[in-house]
Amino acid sequence: MDYALFYFLILGFAIFMYTLLDGFDLGIGILFPWFDNNEERDHLMRSISHVWDGNETWLVFGGVILFAAFPSAYATITSTFYLPIMLMLFALIFRGVAFEYRFKSDTSKKWWDIAFSSGSTIAAFCQGLILGAVVEGIPANASEANSLIWLTPFAILTGFAVMAGYALLATSYLYMKSRGEIQLRVAKQGRLLLILVILAMGAVSIWTILDQAEIRARWFDGLNFLWLSPLPLASAVLSYIAWKCFASDHKAKHESWPFWCSAGLFLLGFAGLVVGLFPYLVPRQMTLWEAAAPDSSLSFLVYGIVIFLPLICAYTLWGYRVFSGKVEDYEEGY
Amino acid sequence: MELDVAILSRIQFAFTVSFHIIFPSITIGLATLIAIWEGLWLKTHNPYYLQLAKFWIKPFAITFGTGVVSGIVLSYEFGTNFSRFSDIAGPVIGPLMAYEVLTAFFLEAGFLGVMLFGWQRVSPKMHFSASLIVAIGTWISAFWIIAANSWMQTPAGYEIVAGKFHVTSWFEVIFNPSMPYRLAHMLLATMITASFLVAGISAYYLLKKQHINFAKKGLSMALWSALIFTPLQTYVGDLHGLNVAKHQPIKLAAMEGIWPEWEAPVPLLLFAMPNMEEERNDYEIGIPHLGSIILTHSLDGGVQGLKSVPPEDRPYVPLVFWSFRVMVAIGVGMLFIAVCGLLLRHKDRLYENKAFLLLTTAFTPMGVIAVLAGWYVAETGRQPWVIHGLVRTMDVTSLLPAEKVLFSLIMFVVIYSLLLGVYLYFMGKLIKKGPPKMADLERQLIGMKAPGYALAWVKNLKHQEQGDK
Ligand code: HDD
Ligand code: HEM
Ligand code: HEM
Repeated sequence: MDYALFYFLILGFAIFMYTLLDGFDLGIGILFPWFDNNEERDHLMRSISHVWDGNETWLVFGGVILFAAFPSAYATITSTFYLPIMLMLFALIFRGVAFEYRFKSDTSKKWWDIAFSSGSTIAAFCQGLILGAVVEGIPANASEANSLIWLTPFAILTGFAVMAGYALLATSYLYMKSRGEIQLRVAKQGRLLLILVILAMGAVSIWTILDQAEIRARWFDGLNFLWLSPLPLASAVLSYIAWKCFASDHKAKHESWPFWCSAGLFLLGFAGLVVGLFPYLVPRQMTLWEAAAPDSSLSFLVYGIVIFLPLICAYTLWGYRVFSGKVEDYEEGY
Repeated sequence: MELDVAILSRIQFAFTVSFHIIFPSITIGLATLIAIWEGLWLKTHNPYYLQLAKFWIKPFAITFGTGVVSGIVLSYEFGTNFSRFSDIAGPVIGPLMAYEVLTAFFLEAGFLGVMLFGWQRVSPKMHFSASLIVAIGTWISAFWIIAANSWMQTPAGYEIVAGKFHVTSWFEVIFNPSMPYRLAHMLLATMITASFLVAGISAYYLLKKQHINFAKKGLSMALWSALIFTPLQTYVGDLHGLNVAKHQPIKLAAMEGIWPEWEAPVPLLLFAMPNMEEERNDYEIGIPHLGSIILTHSLDGGVQGLKSVPPEDRPYVPLVFWSFRVMVAIGVGMLFIAVCGLLLRHKDRLYENKAFLLLTTAFTPMGVIAVLAGWYVAETGRQPWVIHGLVRTMDVTSLLPAEKVLFSLIMFVVIYSLLLGVYLYFMGKLIKKGPPKMADLERQLIGMKAPGYALAWVKNLKHQEQGDK
């Protein structure tokens, strides 16, 4: 068994789970400005206040898997992206504490609203920036440079793309968790965001294909495109279903479908990235085998992953089941 | 002045980790107490236990939240600011932290939602299980991170291959020589911290003559717990000191302010100003032979002093020396309070003695201060090494432009000061508000037994509250 490959899959799983789960709750912060009265904002916060901590734990998990299995890549990536990571962490601090304090405040509520929505938005944007800059590739010893190598037009595009994606996840999550007026409104927003996300995915794909010879070769050499064509095709199908299910009349039957379709879109986009970049962890600089920790470390952690990851998924699912159904506005906190 | 990126990174790490530990040292103990109260309530149906649990769960929640956001920063800071350390020691530290996430962080986060918001959604037994699991999660989390830290203090079970650490025995890495002592000392510290927090706030209510019955129950239980854990802590602390003497003699010399290459017999210094330049103490006041008795358990035993290693291998002595004294003084003060509590209890004056209540109130934050002081002893005492005896801290920081680190450091200072202010403000607010009314809790008790009733009841309460406003 090739440990490095196993951990690459686990890392991919962690990142995907993070973008999916924290995606919808960061997305709710991004949507905040479009819900301007207090009751609606209470409702939005309430829909995620019991899960945000668990969702954010996937970020920690992604970080430590990178640290444990690919220490050199962890060292390079985190120190190169020092500023966007710090900004992301600052933003996550503000939005995280807003959950605790907003419901307990009387006079400072509007400040916590600002902390929550700007924190979520900035965190999402920074994640997109980092993603874009990683795809473009990092020059060696970039961390020592004083320049802002990660602030490229492409990275800014991916920053906005990630924001749109998270907002789409949030609308599709709210579509299943709320009723009445809010549900109608998120359905409209959802359709709009769907268009934005498709445009963004298209733009990012075309840009990388034009800009990066290796990625172009991966997609178009020989018959490759034939094998890879299910990715864009499935994306189109999922978008169509999501569009149909975001019905803006009250007869919403498949309330959870937009969420699963958006999740599917994320998965496909993610798969597309991996196709372009494999086997690099730090593109064009360090492959996953070069970055891998010694076998003594990798074999030790396998037990933990095999035993605990399924358990984690099980009780996380149970947690969502406990709070399944629509958000009740009168429910007691603690 | 030229900005040094290594120094800035160290200041930033010390600042952020010091901020973080304030919160775990409260949540670990408090989660345990809350689980105990809920269990007692289920067993005895005495509503005071429910009242205690439901009151303390609120300060717990904001403490936990702040602990989470400040902890996430740390798990990335190893890479951002100590990238060369992550590169060489990642194969050892990384898997330990990954196990922490797998076995503890997910567990805590997964059940926290039910613990905080699930009162109406699950049965009381299930709710108790959720609280218990959160408490267990915090203990497991301490286990792994203390293992990682202790390995850096007393490394074992490794070999160095091409400049990187490879593990030869995970058992030796985890259960390294200082780990059992440090884990026991830290877990006791959190129990003590939470006990004095509860005792202090209860004493405050008694002084103000508010929520009398609630406060009596809280004070009584917290003092019992303090009476169990503080003497134990003193004992474990002594063992911990002997362990330091064995594995990190220079740290011990700094703690005790011992300069000569070899000193025997050793006095116990009560006061001194360690002078790094002249390699001696100014204004020394000590008790002869007591140091030998404590450290070597003999009247004339000797220990190694600071001058036995060159100056560049010594920590900054005054900080270690004084932090140690602050921690021990607080420990002795806590022991005093716990014993006084027992005596007053015998005379049935526990809830009336003003001086005692005032002293207990004053000790509300002392646990946190002792924990910080203790960590300063352990961490600054091991400098200049980041991995004791093997890797120097100054050699493994990231090669970053100093301006970037200066920027983030300033941001951390600003944001964390704000955060601490807000935290204290809301803690004050919760304390002013006091525990939930007994009448409400009794109605909830009925609700627990009749499904469907609970939700309707809460809905009612919500309407009432809105009517009140
Ligand atoms: C002895 C206890 C202890 C110590 C020394 C530390 N922590 Fe901690 N940490 C906890 C005990 C704890 C906890 C009790 O498990 C917390 C506190 C509040 C909480 O939510 O969980 C936590 C939270 C917490 C989180 C958020 C977990 C989540 O997402 O739920 C992270 C990422 C870290 N810590 C990481 C660290 C790192 C990298 C440390 C060292 C440099 C560290 N902690 C020291
Ligand atoms: C949570 C309680 C802790 C506190 C209050 C604390 C405090 C400190 C302080 C004050 C320093 C600075 C020493 C100096 O540079 O002079 C330091 C250094 C360090 N600590 Fe801790 N520490 C804690 C826990 C940990 C843990 C659990 C780990 C590792 C798993 C750790 C890893 C480090 C590292 C890598 C350094 C070296 C970097 C530096 O010198 O700043 N610490 N710590
Ligand atoms: C009164 C008797 C006490 C003694 C003799 C004692 C002894 C020690 C010693 C020798 C260390 C240094 C370990 C090292 O350098 O690695 C230490 C560290 C520490 N102490 Fe204490 N201590 C006492 C009381 C307390 C109290 C009351 C608390 C908190 C409530 C506390 C919390 C800590 C913490 C958090 C650390 C750092 C972590 C560790 O190394 O275990 N101590 N203590």
